[in-house]
Amino acid sequence: MEQRLANTWQMTVNEKKFIETALLSDLRVDGRRPFDYRRLIIKFGREDGLSEVQLGHTHVMGFVTSQLVQPYRDRPNEGTLAIFTEFSPMADPSFEAGRPGESAVELGRIIDRGLRESRAIDTESLCVVAGKFVWAIRIDLHILDNGGNLVDAANIAALAALSTFRRPECSLGGKDAQEVIVHPPETREPLPLIIHHLPIAVTFAFLGKDNIVVVDPTHYEEAVMGGRMTATVNMNGDVCAIQKAGGVGVMHSVIMQCLRIASVKAADMTTKIKNAVSTSLYAYSPQVESYKTERSQRMIKRHTSTAAVDVSEPSHKEINVLLRHHLERSTIRSGELIASSSNAMEIETQLSEQDEKQRDGGARTFIGGPSNWDPLSKGVDSDALKVSLASRGAVRANTKLEESKIENLDVFEQSHPLADVNPVPPLHEVAAIDLQTKGERTLKDAVKPKHKRKKKPSSKTDAS
Amino acid sequence: MEYVNPEGIREDGRRPLEMRHLHAEIGTVARADGSAVFEMGNTKVIAAVYGPREVQNRSQQLNDQALVRCEYTMPNFSTGDRMRKPKGDRRSTEISLVIRQTMEACILTHLMPRSQIDIFVQVLSADGGTRSACINAATLALADAGIPMRDLVTSCSAGYLNSTPLLDLSYFEDSAGGPDVTVGILPKLDKVTLLQMDARLPIDIFENVVQLATEGCKAVANYIHEVLLENTKQLEYRRGL
Repeated sequence: MEQRLANTWQMTVNEKKFIETALLSDLRVDGRRPFDYRRLIIKFGREDGLSEVQLGHTHVMGFVTSQLVQPYRDRPNEGTLAIFTEFSPMADPSFEAGRPGESAVELGRIIDRGLRESRAIDTESLCVVAGKFVWAIRIDLHILDNGGNLVDAANIAALAALSTFRRPECSLGGKDAQEVIVHPPETREPLPLIIHHLPIAVTFAFLGKDNIVVVDPTHYEEAVMGGRMTATVNMNGDVCAIQKAGGVGVMHSVIMQCLRIASVKAADMTTKIKNAVSTSLYAYSPQVESYKTERSQRMIKRHTSTAAVDVSEPSHKEINVLLRHHLERSTIRSGELIASSSNAMEIETQLSEQDEKQRDGGARTFIGGPSNWDPLSKGVDSDALKVSLASRGAVRANTKLEESKIENLDVFEQSHPLADVNPVPPLHEVAAIDLQTKGERTLKDAVKPKHKRKKKPSSKTDAS
Repeated sequence: MEYVNPEGIREDGRRPLEMRHLHAEIGTVARADGSAVFEMGNTKVIAAVYGPREVQNRSQQLNDQALVRCEYTMPNFSTGDRMRKPKGDRRSTEISLVIRQTMEACILTHLMPRSQIDIFVQVLSADGGTRSACINAATLALADAGIPMRDLVTSCSAGYLNSTPLLDLSYFEDSAGGPDVTVGILPKLDKVTLLQMDARLPIDIFENVVQLATEGCKAVANYIHEVLLENTKQLEYRRGL
């Protein structure tokens, strides 16, 4: 049943008239044009599958987790997908703690329809043992601030979280190969979900007597609107879901026009999401960059543990190959998510990762004495280290980044061991020293540069 | 899996553009202000309307218009397998919201401020298209209760299987995983008030399917007009006019 509380904020007649009159001249209260979206910011957290989306004042967080469960009886070889919404009372005075209200359920179902029925996520790849074990993906959406148009923001948060989520790899083992062994991320690299397409939700509001259509309503416009329609479309021009739950009646032609506008907006939004998920140099934000590089660092950590065991005297070429392999793998993964990525983009991605690794390796390599298994037996170039530490502090300037990138390009392509003028330590040396330092407590903890986050407890146990 | 055989006949013997058999009765719940039973093939739905009456919860009272509440339930016996929770689950909450907002758009709520109109809909037998049947039943019940409305609201569903647009899906066709479009219109004003769709469809095929569902809605509207006309004649006869 519908619940309207006494403390619900009511719109005054003056405000309502103001909004409607302004719309007659194609003006919206926040200065946008009728079909413009608000500013979109997508951020990611430290863990895989955590995203934070801000669409104007609307703030939503999405979190994806997975669990091995028994499948449904009528779909024994498909994984499951469940969406849970949490309308926190801090977001809006009318939200109550406890059971989800009607709008929370509706939001969950709109996003669920867009993802599940349109087969955006490949559920058959989530099957481990047919009829016994499948992966159940759970998406939690928390509304932190209701600035209007929760559906679109929550949908973007869900898509961003799903794109960055990695599930553990598992294999069959034990007797009769019937036991499922779930490999922790330290031993085997977790796998991404297979996402066929990104269904983007675009919400339209119908305002005023003449049913003026606006895209992405703020909560003021939502309070005065006569009806709303959410169209979930993807970049290929397919309509994935539509929800127009009553409200004012509109002409059939208006609906088709809205769908056409929605497909244009969807293409735009898809590129924004894909850019945020991979590294974007033009919209350079520390969080995106450090998300990607944190992942690569964690990857390197995991793989260096295996590399140190296998190889006793790593040769110069082998280390290079190993590192290039890691870079390629991570770029291939990000390449999957980019529909049309240019070569320049990929190279830049590689370089930026490598850049970060080098700088980070620079801090970690301050050991004190030369490592005796270092093939070059030249030890650490302390001058280069000092310069790299200094450059770390000033690393956020774009120009500096581009400079070092150009130099890295030379280093990477030629695989040249030492470059005197290069302020960043060369690739292979860093790699060699990297492999060794994982077992020692390093001065990295004491140095603690600004943008470096605290190490994860799991990797700490790895190191010690 | 074949849903339309090569001769163009569906699983229950209908043609692709054919609706199921419609049947409606008015005044089935004696205690309610208005009630109706609506059948679309094997889907049978009963609706009861109470109102306009005093608001039960003072904090929810609206000073300038009537408060419309709606509850949609599917009893345990309505589906093939016995259901676990008849109401309160998410699907029922969403459909309650959808029906409420659809009827709220057509009821002239500003004529009845500070009052409450309750719509209760129960699905007695579910065979696909329960949402549409509920809206049609609610329209009839509201008309029976004499509540002023802008226009009737009629609803019908359509789908797209084996590359053919199909009108009025049954449960078997609905569970095929293909697209399911539910449309609710105001027939005299020719405006769309309810539109729900799931699964994927390219835009041009979607337009065809929506047009087909709208035609189905108009056919339902004609039938509802006849039923209401017949009911009014009966009332006149009983009053000796």
